[in-house]
Amino acid sequence: MNESMSKVGARPVEQPAFLQRQSFIEMNARERARSFFDPGTERELVGPFDRVESPWLALQDVTPQSDDGCIVMKGKIGGEAAVVIALEGAFQGGSMGEVSGAKLTAALDLACADNENGIKTYAILQLETGGVRLQEANLGLAVIAEIIGSLLALREHAPVVCVTAGSVGCFGGMSLVAGLASYLMMTREGRLGMNGPEVIEQEAGIEEFNSKNRALIWGIHGGKQRYETGLVDALVDDNVGQVVDAVREFLRRGVPSVHRSAQIDLLQRRIAMLDPSHQWEPAELREFWTRQEVL
Amino acid sequence: MDTYEFDFPATRKVTHRAHVGVVGSGDLEVLLEPSQGMQAHVKIRTNVTGFRDTWKAVLDRFFSRYNGAVAIEINDAGATPGNVLLRLEQAVEGSEHE
Repeated sequence: MNESMSKVGARPVEQPAFLQRQSFIEMNARERARSFFDPGTERELVGPFDRVESPWLALQDVTPQSDDGCIVMKGKIGGEAAVVIALEGAFQGGSMGEVSGAKLTAALDLACADNENGIKTYAILQLETGGVRLQEANLGLAVIAEIIGSLLALREHAPVVCVTAGSVGCFGGMSLVAGLASYLMMTREGRLGMNGPEVIEQEAGIEEFNSKNRALIWGIHGGKQRYETGLVDALVDDNVGQVVDAVREFLRRGVPSVHRSAQIDLLQRRIAMLDPSHQWEPAELREFWTRQEVL
Repeated sequence: MDTYEFDFPATRKVTHRAHVGVVGSGDLEVLLEPSQGMQAHVKIRTNVTGFRDTWKAVLDRFFSRYNGAVAIEINDAGATPGNVLLRLEQAVEGSEHE
């Protein structure tokens, strides 16, 4: 080390807040899942060494992953039983196939059975997913239906908290799953939507949606927009502490008296108020829905 | 997708297993477990075809310094040789310290 470097190293430097925080987005799915639990209480179910991997990917020349990109952990949160299901966005875009879907569904069903037997069990979904895995198309679609059925059964007994932090976001059929959660949390970096930017551009043309326009993407799918238009319950920083605290706060609140997805009249009214001949801007939509007091 | 298998001599028992990495672009997943006999076995599945010799060279180098009796499974999504070595070392570290 030369002299000037040692001088810099010796000086006490006050780090800005964004350097002090531990990033949630930069962790992999297994680390994210672990972060929610009371330390040391968690264990992984159907982990990598159980080798329950997709039987379809290798047939199509795609390298499988030993956990099929779906990490299931059971443990305690605030002393109560909890299951966390985290999707690994780096593996095949976090897509849902037969195995990852079965793991997710089984985890929700077991949590539901525990609740029915008087063992209070929370569920947390950490979704980073493009939706159905195209290589397992029909099976992927089927598991979305199964996941939704299992989630609807479980959320009557215990809160199901969904976190979409990024960088993949949550799209396709899995965005429906996110929308059905008791509570939904996002970061500013996260994205949520049924049709992703590239799909919209491919189907409706670049005049409709330019998938290279990042400001447009985050103006529509971004966590801040989703939060401010009332589709998400909390907007948190990319900070493990903040994410975990917010999740625990939602768990404490318990099952909401009315789930967002059950407010059909409200949601239909909001859509009916929009004039589709007008090109709505993200900020305009936020302001319009807030002013009309329909949130 | 290509599948390769290699054997290497080993002189030391390993007690713990370790799992590191993800099958994401430019990365790989390593599953390292104690093997039954006194030898090491490596199975690789990779979506980058035609690089058997490169894999052999990378593993030759790794096993020139490592003598554990392990069964290693690698699921690869196009990691560079440098990345492969780092992940292998990370897995060894996990298996020695757990």
